[in-house]
Amino acid sequence: MPVIRVQTEDFDAGAEIARLRAGRPEVGAVASFIGVCRDRNDGSSVATMTLEHYPGMTERAIAKIVDQALGRWQIDDVTVIHRVGELRPLDQIVLVVVIGGHRGDAFAACEFVMDWLKTQAPFWKKEQTPEGARWVDARATDDQAAARWGAGAGPNAG
Amino acid sequence: MVKILYFARLREQLGMPGESLALPAGVATVGALREHLVARGGAWAEALDAARPVRAAVNQDLVKADAPVNDGDEIAFFPPVTGG
Repeated sequence: MPVIRVQTEDFDAGAEIARLRAGRPEVGAVASFIGVCRDRNDGSSVATMTLEHYPGMTERAIAKIVDQALGRWQIDDVTVIHRVGELRPLDQIVLVVVIGGHRGDAFAACEFVMDWLKTQAPFWKKEQTPEGARWVDARATDDQAAARWGAGAGPNAG
Repeated sequence: MVKILYFARLREQLGMPGESLALPAGVATVGALREHLVARGGAWAEALDAARPVRAAVNQDLVKADAPVNDGDEIAFFPPVTGG
């Protein structure tokens, strides 16, 4: 069963990977991604970043993305943890872990989940910069990254 | 009645996280509801202007403007998402 959590607390990637792999000798590959808070964005220094979400829908949207990945690749399980609230540069934001028999599918599924999460899961970032607070705009490159998985892919397909 | 939620920049522009609304006669889609809200003028016209990239969800599923809305639905309007 996939684990999907939206939380203010930090996460321990090692502990999450160990928990996901426990008792599964068939697993030969663990692919993971951690997104972290940078100190610069669009030419400004970022002091803090506040992440807002849509409780309920956010978890639901991530679950749909994970279900798609489980149906598309030969993988065994997925964990997604995404933080909300106020974060600072160096802080961890998001963790995706995919386990499976072999690395090819684990890598692909991990990237797929991140690409779709960035365009479909309702999170919004607001940055505090020396010029004041600003909402981060969505990037066309994120839509392009999700689109390359195919027009029929994504949580709203079918 | 429907429950309408606003998030992020929209919540700030409109000065509220959401509201309950009796669906006006003739408002049967998300797009029509958005037009109804724009017709309030002021911050509503600005935040929900047709030229702005506003996303919508009905009962916590992302939908397009032609999606139907019905009494009892939870409808959300928000800017394009920026998580990850």
